[in-house]
Amino acid sequence: MCHAIPAQVVAIDEASDMATVSLDGVKKDISLALVQDVQVGDYLLVHVGYALSKVSPEEAERTLELFAEMAQLDGVQP
Amino acid sequence: MKYVDEFRRQDLARKLSADIKREADPERQYNLMEFCGGHTHAIFRYGVQNLMPPNVRFVHGPGCPVCVLPIGRIDNAIQMVQQHDVILCSYGDMLRVPASDRKSLLKVSAEGGDVRMVYSTQDALKIARDNPERQVVFFAIGFETTTPPSAVAIKQAQAEGLKNFSVFCNHVLTPAAITNILESPEVREVGSVRIDGFFGPSHVSSIIGSQPYEFFAEEFQRPVVIAGFEPLDVMQSTLMLIRQLNEGRYEVENEYMRVVSREGNLKAKGLVAEVMELRRSFEWRGLGLVPYSALKIKKEFAEFDAEKHFELPAIQVNDIKGCECPSILRGVKRPTDCKLFGTVCTTENPMGSCMVSSEGACAAYWSYGRFTQTNSEQESVA
Repeated sequence: MCHAIPAQVVAIDEASDMATVSLDGVKKDISLALVQDVQVGDYLLVHVGYALSKVSPEEAERTLELFAEMAQLDGVQP
Repeated sequence: MKYVDEFRRQDLARKLSADIKREADPERQYNLMEFCGGHTHAIFRYGVQNLMPPNVRFVHGPGCPVCVLPIGRIDNAIQMVQQHDVILCSYGDMLRVPASDRKSLLKVSAEGGDVRMVYSTQDALKIARDNPERQVVFFAIGFETTTPPSAVAIKQAQAEGLKNFSVFCNHVLTPAAITNILESPEVREVGSVRIDGFFGPSHVSSIIGSQPYEFFAEEFQRPVVIAGFEPLDVMQSTLMLIRQLNEGRYEVENEYMRVVSREGNLKAKGLVAEVMELRRSFEWRGLGLVPYSALKIKKEFAEFDAEKHFELPAIQVNDIKGCECPSILRGVKRPTDCKLFGTVCTTENPMGSCMVSSEGACAAYWSYGRFTQTNSEQESVA
């Protein structure tokens, strides 16, 4: 019920405040009523036809680096 | 899929599993409650419990909106279809939930009632526009994640002057429920249920932010880590909770930084505050009446409030005999403790709400966990 999915914005229609997102190639139109400053190429968390928030590429990278760093410390190849 | 596959890598899962085993103190027990059904689902689907040492145990919480909605509210929805001839729009999860007299929305639909499954409140609005001669009701359920879309629909209906659209509001609040669990006698009384720390919900927190958890981390002295829904997120968050407990800290930490901020989604919160307000109390399955734990539609938007429009009575319904959903939702019992589990109650033919929703603990046990009694389960049962 609360499980949103990250999807990439491929087009924005400002007049209707809607965007077309691509979910692994599957296109879907969603509402942008709950988010701000969305650009084509952004990743959005999509749920019940609405974008709930943007996914931060920097923070995602940082979390992944944290996993990888710990792996390297112990000599495990990521 | 980007932002999904990277967080399911097996090599890193093994690594995190080793870290957790190394850092968990064998002398103590770590009972960690995942509030949210999304986490329960992830833990079972990816076998995360099996990657934990025996003294780290996941306690499943009540964060499944389908599971906690009392039967009386579904009876109300059925009433609107059968007595007021409305078109009832509902998310798919609700359709199979058993109501009174062995009814469900699906059965009501089979008997000719106009029940329509929608993916989005936008679909419900479209149905209202296409059927101006009929009353269209959106059956709104869910935590803070699905609330803003309901608020948007009400605002949009008002702007468009839609006269035949209303919302049956059943939106509930996460922090109130967690507080209720922590204040319950089972958790307070020593030796009953122990909860040492919490995983904060992923997508609820994208809306409300991490700030609302600060109160009870402090008040109840329990650490909270907001965790993403992928298996590596859950494992990393487990490690963070173990570290806090080992160091005697009880803070709110955020593992899901890529989505969750401290203040949350201000635009969404603003829309909800404009359209909805707190109910004095609301009944939860499993928890009973919980003060200030749900939202209702404000007076200014009363014409879009199905409860007002159809003057729905409050219906008290007892749970199905033998069904342990209430105790399971509080983390007091496990699905396997229920006599109905796997005998008369299965995902094909669910009796209780925890088996209906894929996020319910019973459905997760039945779908993924029934063949693997984990070490830690045997341990803590013993």
